[in-house]
Amino acid sequence: MQHRYDVLVIGAGGAGLMAALYAAKGNVSVACISKLYPTRSHTGAAQGGIGAALGNVAEDHWQWHMFDTVKGGDYLTDQDAAEVFSKDIIDAVYELEHMGLPFSRTPDGKIAQRKFGGHTREFGKAAVERSCYAKDRTGHMILQTLYQQNVKEGTMFFNEFHVTDLLIEDGRCRGVVAYELATGEVHTFHAKAVILAAGGYGRIFKITSNALTLTGDLMSIYYRKGLPLEDMEFYQFHPTGLAKLGILVTEGIRGEGGILRNSDGERFMERYAPTIKDLAPRDIVSRSIISEIREGRGVGRDGDAVNIDLTHLPREVIEGKLAEITDLARTYLGMDPVKDLVPVQPTAHYAMGGIPTDLNGLCLSDGNGGSIEGLYAAGEQACVSLHGANRLGTNSLGDLVVFGRRAGIYAAQYARQVEFPDLPEDPQSGTKDLFDGMRNGSGKENPALIRKEMQESMMNNVGIFRNGPDMEAQVDIIKGLKARYQDVNVGDTSLRYNSELIEVMELGFMLDCAEAMTASALNRTESRGAHDRADFHTRDDVNWLKHTMAYKDLDKPGNVKIGYKDVSLKGFTRAFEPKARVY
Amino acid sequence: MGEPPFPPVLLKEMQMTQMQHETSTAPAAAKQALPMLHIKVKILRFDPEKDRKAHWETYAIDAQAGDRVLDVINEVKWYQDQSLTFRRSCMHGICGSDAMLINGRNRLACKTLVRDVAKDGGTITIEPIRGLKVEKDLLVDMEPFFDSYKAIMPYFINESPAPAAERIQSEEEAERMAHSSNCILCACCTTSCPIFWVNGSYLGPAAIVQAHRFIFDSRDEATQQRLNIMNQNTGVWRCRTAYNCTEACPRDIPITQLIEEVKRAVMYQQA
Repeated sequence: MQHRYDVLVIGAGGAGLMAALYAAKGNVSVACISKLYPTRSHTGAAQGGIGAALGNVAEDHWQWHMFDTVKGGDYLTDQDAAEVFSKDIIDAVYELEHMGLPFSRTPDGKIAQRKFGGHTREFGKAAVERSCYAKDRTGHMILQTLYQQNVKEGTMFFNEFHVTDLLIEDGRCRGVVAYELATGEVHTFHAKAVILAAGGYGRIFKITSNALTLTGDLMSIYYRKGLPLEDMEFYQFHPTGLAKLGILVTEGIRGEGGILRNSDGERFMERYAPTIKDLAPRDIVSRSIISEIREGRGVGRDGDAVNIDLTHLPREVIEGKLAEITDLARTYLGMDPVKDLVPVQPTAHYAMGGIPTDLNGLCLSDGNGGSIEGLYAAGEQACVSLHGANRLGTNSLGDLVVFGRRAGIYAAQYARQVEFPDLPEDPQSGTKDLFDGMRNGSGKENPALIRKEMQESMMNNVGIFRNGPDMEAQVDIIKGLKARYQDVNVGDTSLRYNSELIEVMELGFMLDCAEAMTASALNRTESRGAHDRADFHTRDDVNWLKHTMAYKDLDKPGNVKIGYKDVSLKGFTRAFEPKARVY
Repeated sequence: MGEPPFPPVLLKEMQMTQMQHETSTAPAAAKQALPMLHIKVKILRFDPEKDRKAHWETYAIDAQAGDRVLDVINEVKWYQDQSLTFRRSCMHGICGSDAMLINGRNRLACKTLVRDVAKDGGTITIEPIRGLKVEKDLLVDMEPFFDSYKAIMPYFINESPAPAAERIQSEEEAERMAHSSNCILCACCTTSCPIFWVNGSYLGPAAIVQAHRFIFDSRDEATQQRLNIMNQNTGVWRCRTAYNCTEACPRDIPITQLIEEVKRAVMYQQA
């Protein structure tokens, strides 16, 4: 079947829903394609808040937010993106409120704000209340509110459709191909502009806060075309996932006064970040936790966790402002944060890297200003690069609304100016090849086992602490897994609701993301933000203050070509020179 | 139906875990394998391309007491029968994909622990939620559910010019929406409602909870229209306060109470 829309949005999380809303405001026809029903998207799992310098609780300025974002990103953040973001997010939060988002409130009825990791006043002097929140289910409320607004606007949704191919010819995007889960039918979507907003790929790791559906599909599809993925080596481990499960425990828990303690009961963050302690950025807290564990001060059965202590906080705060994580701890660990210490460990959480874009969301085809006409990206899928080498808490929700909105606006503007491009002669041929590839092997390999080995090896070899030999080994492991994937077994041959076919396809996508990440990480011989190497333990601004662009080598399968892109070291009105990053 | 008690092996494990957290032992002290429960999972299967009607299949599984039922179902799919079909995503009770009838009760598979539904040697039975057409195995047609959702005008309405900053709302006013805005649209409530089972035109508890969220929002201006929708013969008056919805809700929303609040608002024509 064939469809035709001016603007197509892929993904129905925060970025996709915001993009769809704004594209529709631009007087063009819009449809949104999603793997899930929109309200199932993982934006809903975000808890702690969305950072904006509203100053409702304490004095704040966008310049302070910009500085924190740049420093938090270990100066790899593009400062023009950080400036646009820190200003735009203020209006964007008010706009969410005007859409009805039920924020928590201050005593005088304004949007409530709390402290969060790495967010400071006066350029690093002390933590500041910047995170605007709706209890500890801010992402849930953003997702619900944006979906509600799309229902109001009558956005067309194709739910449970899986994109299998991007139609790009002669540097121009012409639409997408998607597989309908319900029927097994392959659809061609002809479009003037396409916005990619399908989220991250945390499922390449064993312990992750990410949904099972976060498998980097569109990143892989982009990469398979020989187009670059930016900064894939920068992957955030959130310091506090529920022990063993990896389920997110919001940083808001520390914003409200929660304290991390080791097996001696010591508040160990005082040693690692004397000024802001437990509210240091996530890369630093995650490394501190792993250091404590390695030095024998972990807790729990395997000594591989630390405790988060809320017991000094009033019950009303815990059960009111932190109701979600209280429920999670009670449900999954049988522990009550009101009186128990809760064991947590770092969990794979967020991709700083992704499909490179400019400030308007336009997808870049190289590190020298080349782009793909008519193709946009936003949210975790994209790399604008707001987050640099390490994202600050709350800036992902901010990223979604600010850059989702921009992508929607600019995609619609473009679509109004152009005619429909011609479709390729046989638009579904790439998808046919993809499916044939999955079905035509010997079928002796169980996809679940390949996936498990990928997840465990990525966790061990390209995790929080990295080194050259481990990553070299991982390059070979991924090559081996990819070879086995050629003989993967698709155990369900049915046409309707074939979720097995989808899982196998997603595994293929994840292997690409793992490949690009490992190659990028091995190539970067320094430590910066979330990328920490034992064999190159310091930041090296002389050689490495630049973005990585990883390309699949289409001539030599399994090889990755590395290019680079300059970092924007200046905003439009402000610039922050790289300095040592201490908190 | 009463909850099965903790198996003795598990109680011991829980006490031990707790003790360790209290005394915070060093890592080398207690590395040992967790005890496994040998359980059976009995799943109602239906493949529209092969089956004329649904049938039970039983799978033997080793699981840990703290595993989620979703972990168990994934285990079956990944290592025993790849054709087993169900929806799932977030794995921790926020996306609302995996509502199922587990041991006769509507629950989220990812928010139900093995220890709460089976003892060692026991069986967990899993069926699709009721009242919606079964498409394949545990996956049902969600369109009618979302049609009801869309019918209640599930979006904020305030056509007055917005201020430059936020609209002011007191903490108490915001708290009025605390329960209803917590809904994840998983359909556990609506598909446990006996009225919905016999009359699919009833909007159902989930849609009413969504209506509540806007009716009791001090900033919303469409209260009258919303109350009119609730007053129609597909609306709140169909509810017979069976409380099934409240018991089924994985988010502990006091749904029946919220429905009663909406009924009262309709009766007195004000929120």
